[in-house]
This record gives sequence, structure tokens and C-alpha cells, in this order.
Amino acid sequence: MIKFENLTKYYGDVCAVDNVSFEVKKGEILGFLGPNGAGKTTTYRILTGYLQATSGTIKVKDYNIHDHQLEIKKLIGYLPESAPVYHDMLVYDYLNYVADIRGVPADEKLSHIKGLADLCSLNEVMHKTVDELSKGYRQRVGIAHALMGDPEILVLDEPTVGLDPNQIADTREIIKRIGKEKTIIFSTHILSEAEATCDRLVIINNGKLAADYTSDELTELTKSESFEDIFRKITKGVH
Amino acid sequence: MKSLEKIKHIFKREFKSYFISPIAYIVISIFLLIIGWLFFSTFFLNRQASLTRFFVLLPMTFAFIIPAVTMRLFSEEMNMGTYEILLTLPVTFRDIIMGKFLAAVAFVALMLAPTLFYAIFISFLGTLDWGPVIGGYIGALLLGAAFCAVGLLASAITRNQVVAFIIGMTICFSLTLLTDFLLFFLPDALVKTFQYFSANFHFRNIAKGVIDSRDILYFFSVMFFALYGSNLIMQEKK
Repeated sequence: MIKFENLTKYYGDVCAVDNVSFEVKKGEILGFLGPNGAGKTTTYRILTGYLQATSGTIKVKDYNIHDHQLEIKKLIGYLPESAPVYHDMLVYDYLNYVADIRGVPADEKLSHIKGLADLCSLNEVMHKTVDELSKGYRQRVGIAHALMGDPEILVLDEPTVGLDPNQIADTREIIKRIGKEKTIIFSTHILSEAEATCDRLVIINNGKLAADYTSDELTELTKSESFEDIFRKITKGVH
Repeated sequence: MKSLEKIKHIFKREFKSYFISPIAYIVISIFLLIIGWLFFSTFFLNRQASLTRFFVLLPMTFAFIIPAVTMRLFSEEMNMGTYEILLTLPVTFRDIIMGKFLAAVAFVALMLAPTLFYAIFISFLGTLDWGPVIGGYIGALLLGAAFCAVGLLASAITRNQVVAFIIGMTICFSLTLLTDFLLFFLPDALVKTFQYFSANFHFRNIAKGVIDSRDILYFFSVMFFALYGSNLIMQEKK
């Protein structure tokens, strides 16, 4: 479904993503993990068309990011880190705008928005401006934004950051529910969360691919030591 | 067709957002106050039923009002981080630029609309020649659109709205005052050549009521270069 091939990105002299290659299969929930500054967000931004790769490519289905950016954008729903949303818009207006841009047909629009409001529990805030919302609600508006128009692939950059434990559980529930039909890539710093939700885990460190486990492989590995320890070993070289 | 649809949605959002914040009301009031005062303070002394003075004042007024209208178009999005959302939605740079540009032009047209009352009011005071008035408004829209394109370019350069305003204003003022400046430094023959680059020169031609394709071409070239430049800057930022 998504194939990262020797993806490299430089910001000036700084290498943010260094020759990363891996593949995400259709219907998979992939946990994309790594310490802060490892290159996760940069990778997402290249995949979603916000940044351009220095070299290497990403293939989504039969498209590649250099020649078919618009087609790929149509396939992907993206929640950027900290969910930036137009702060002066009403939640309903915002979702309506995203639905229009994503080409949701007029006769399905209202029911689609309602469905997403139910799924993300946004019903009480539909007529508030984004400014007035708490962080948790804002994050959920971002998730609804990503789900708008039923894209086949979801890319969620730390969807649970800054949420309280209940909201984290709710968000995880949403991801699991929608993950049954969709391909999802998401990142988190809560390792237990990744362990519980993902079919596969990819860890990057300093821009390089450091590990790639299926959930079965991980279950096997975590018999002798905790995932936290494994993660620390990989990303800090602690033995 | 699909692309037009997207431009329309971006246009609608941009245009509405002017009126959500107080910016629209403040800018429109300031514009009407300044141009109204400058125009009517000498209007009755001239004892002429004409809008000529109004159109003479317009380029200078536009040169600092329009950058204030356009400064937020990209800068605010880059500052708030919504730029990332905009760029990752299934739209092209062209859709984004055209949507934002047209929203600014529509806003300028709306800002200009109340001044039509001046024309109606003056036509009661004496015989008003409508030719230059119609020409003047067509010219005003072209000039406004060209300045909007320049302001959009300035906004695409920086995430700081104040900087965007100053850059936009500097370019618009230069386009307006070009010939007046050069008169001091250059021989007449050269000024004639350079005046083709001056927005004021072309605007005055149209405001006389003579619509010449060269003047129209000038304004469309300014728009094209500014919008194309914005596209290049967006590309460069990736």
C-alpha cells in the first residue's frame, strides 16, 4: 500500500531522514515510533505532500510522491502534530469546509459530518469556535478532519499527546475501530499504547530506520524484557 | 472543473474569515474615512462636479490599505500552523493562490462599493460626466487586483504579518510613485520609458475614460508575475 524507498531529507546540512525504507501493507495499523527529533514528523510531511524529499521516494498504491501528489493527497487523511485548525472558525463550519475540499457529495455531506461528530464525540461543540475548545476537543476535531471523506489511509502524528487518560482511551478506541477497514500510520510516545493497538512497529532513530517488528515478533521479544527497555536499547544504545 | 470547485471553496472560507475578525470592519472604515476626508475637504473649493480628485487619491490610499488586507493571507496560516493543513488537503498551489487572491479582490471591490454613493451624490450637484467615472472604477478594480497580487506575494514571503505589510506597502508605493521619483533624476526621454512600469501612469490613463489594451495588459502582467512569484515561493518552502 505505502512503500518508503530510500527516503532522505536534508534541512540545509542537517539530515532529518536518512535513507529510510519500509513498507506498510493494506489494512495494517503501523506504529511509527522514535524519540523526539528522530524524523517522524518530517517523514509524515513528505508523505502528505507538505515537504519535498531530498532523494528517494514514497509509493502509495501505484502513485509516487513526485508525480502524483494530488492523487496521493486524496488517499490520505492527515492529523498534523498538535492539530492546527483555523482558530476563528466554528467546528461545524470547519468540518463543512474540509468536506467541500475533499469533494464529499452535497447530499451525503450532512450525514457524513454527523457520523464523524458522533464518532469523535464532537456533538456538544459543533457550534463553538475552535478557539474556545480544550486541547482534547481540538485534537478530536483534528481526527474528524483526518477522517473526512473516508480516505483509505490515515496518518496521525501523536494523536494522543496532551490528552487525559480517558481521552487517550477514547482515541485509542477510535483508532482501533477505524483501523479495521483502513491503513493507519501513527506515532506515540506511550509505548504500551503502540504495543496494544499496532499490527506492526517501526522505530526510527536519528533519521535512520532502527527496528521493524510485527506484533507477533514483539510479543516474543517482550517475554524476556519490557518494550520500554527494548526501545531504550535501540534508541540510546543502552545495554 | 474540479479545480474551479476547490478555488471556490477556498475563496469562500477566506472571504468569510475577513468578517469573522474585526479586520474587515476596521479596514473598510479607515479606507472610507481617509479617502472621504481627503476628497471632500477640497471638493467644494474646486466647484466642479467631478470625481477626478477621488481617482487621483486612490492609488496612494490603496498602496497602504491593500497590503493591510492581504498581509494575513499566508503569514497567518504559516504562523498558526494551519498552512500544513492547507497544503496537505487535496488542492494544488494554484487553487490556494487563486482562492486567496480572488477573496482579497472581492474584499477590495466591497470596500470600494460605498464610494459609488459619492458619484450619485455629485451627479445631483451638477452634470457629472459618467465616462471617466466608469473608467475610473474599472481602473480602480484593476489597480486593486494588481496590489492584491503584490500583497499576496509579500504575505507568502514571511510568517510575520507586520513584515508582510511593510514589504507589500513598499512595493505598492514604488509602483505608484515610480514616475514622480524618476522625474527628479532622469531626463524626460527616459522617464517616458520608465513610466510604463508605473501603476499610477496606467491607472490615470484608464481613469480618463480611455480604455487602452496596453493599460489593461500592464495590470494583468503585474498580477501574473506576483501570483507566479507566490507559486515559486511556496514551491521553494517545501
